Amino acid sequence: MTRIGVLALQGAFRRHVEALEALGVTGVEVRAPADLDGIDGLILPGGESTAMSLLLGANELTEPCRDVIAGGLPVFGTCAGMILLAEKVLDGRSDQVQLSDVPITVRRNGYGRQLASFEADLEIAGETEPFRAVFIRAPKVEQVDPAVEVLATVDDDPVLIRYRNVLAAAFHPELTPDLRLHRVFLLEC
Amino acid sequence: MSNEGTNERTTATVRVKRGLAEMLKGGVIMDVVNAEQAKIAEDAGAVAVMALERVPADIRTDGGVARMSDPAMVEGIQAACSIPVMAKARIGHFAEAQILQALKVDYIDESEVLTPADETHHIDKFAFDVPFVCGATNLGEALRRISEGACMIRSKGEAGTGNVVEAVRHLRSIVGDIRKLTLADEPELFQWAKELRAPLPLVQEIAETGELPVPLFCAGGLATPADASLAMQLGAQAVFVGSGIFKSADPAPRARAIVEATTNYMNPEVLVKVSRNLGTPMTGIGMDEIDVRMADRGW
Repeated sequence: MTRIGVLALQGAFRRHVEALEALGVTGVEVRAPADLDGIDGLILPGGESTAMSLLLGANELTEPCRDVIAGGLPVFGTCAGMILLAEKVLDGRSDQVQLSDVPITVRRNGYGRQLASFEADLEIAGETEPFRAVFIRAPKVEQVDPAVEVLATVDDDPVLIRYRNVLAAAFHPELTPDLRLHRVFLLEC
Repeated sequence: MSNEGTNERTTATVRVKRGLAEMLKGGVIMDVVNAEQAKIAEDAGAVAVMALERVPADIRTDGGVARMSDPAMVEGIQAACSIPVMAKARIGHFAEAQILQALKVDYIDESEVLTPADETHHIDKFAFDVPFVCGATNLGEALRRISEGACMIRSKGEAGTGNVVEAVRHLRSIVGDIRKLTLADEPELFQWAKELRAPLPLVQEIAETGELPVPLFCAGGLATPADASLAMQLGAQAVFVGSGIFKSADPAPRARAIVEATTNYMNPEVLVKVSRNLGTPMTGIGMDEIDVRMADRGW
């Protein structure tokens, strides 16, 4: 059976595990390097990227995560997860951990504080029905390299992108019952 | 693909308001009284800070009326850190909450730690776009707050004591009654709703799902990494630490240790490592030594 790791240091990781279970896949909570053994894909959930950065270091997960991602393991980053995967982060902390170098520039909390958090219907490439997406103090993708595939936008800003083995969303597919994006990710695992 | 035109954005939905609480799960929210403490909290891995004028231990010692913080202080903290900033309003004081919303705080805590402004009514939290967290000592109180629009519940504990006993009592009461509800039949649920003084549909929903419809965090008296682990093992999904950090001898390492303990709450080896040589925790006081029980505030 397919086993998908979900980084479980902090944030909405249980929601991702529940979505995976609803699709008949085992979700493995990742808190230590050994938890990465034998997984077919990795989800980096939403949460606070500053706290996750610190905990990745504390739990000695930074290098092992970088290695599996560089090695081609399918990865799905949502919100804070997208920040961890980006090559360039604006309004971040200087000690913020980077787990990959997806050629995008993201601005932390780029849409503003909680009052500006929102829901919107997205048109996603390859999907016929709109996807209701929840954005919470979301990162804003300000630049994308032409090699990055943009799968959905909000007011022309990319919010769902694919690059090599990485799928990344500025929003939270784990907060809605719509499992289509998890299914899209699992096709690659 | 790029879609033409604009996407209609809907703000302040229940999902958006509860959503931020979902993102704080597994984390530590720290009380701070100035920008410098906010920086220390963020550096230590806090997922959010609670801006207030005095930590509960000082409110307890100083006496007098405890109110919403000065806006300049909240703004200073917002400027100093990049993580969510929460702030406290007095129970029932919707004008303070309106001011906090205008300040664009990320969460408002309608808090028993401040002196209540209304001894009968809580704030109508549906009337606000900023989400609210409220304290509860038992399941009925939690459900009444949710029915008024609270998007996060924290067990109250007894703030400013450095004593975890009340936090444990309240968390056990809430989680224990949720477990009982899942075993009750329909007539028993009618009775539960009456006893809890809570809306029947919410009681029925919890009997079905086995959890609150909003995140359940723990607050009030936590002072050590072990306290955080205890709260998480008892069913809290995140922890608030107030006086416990900045009333200890060496706040920064203690803050970081509590962050690591909250993530690794099931791993005693990590708890040993992070608990070692943290210096003196806040002194703490016994429940028989206090005059004011803040947890009794709230109706």
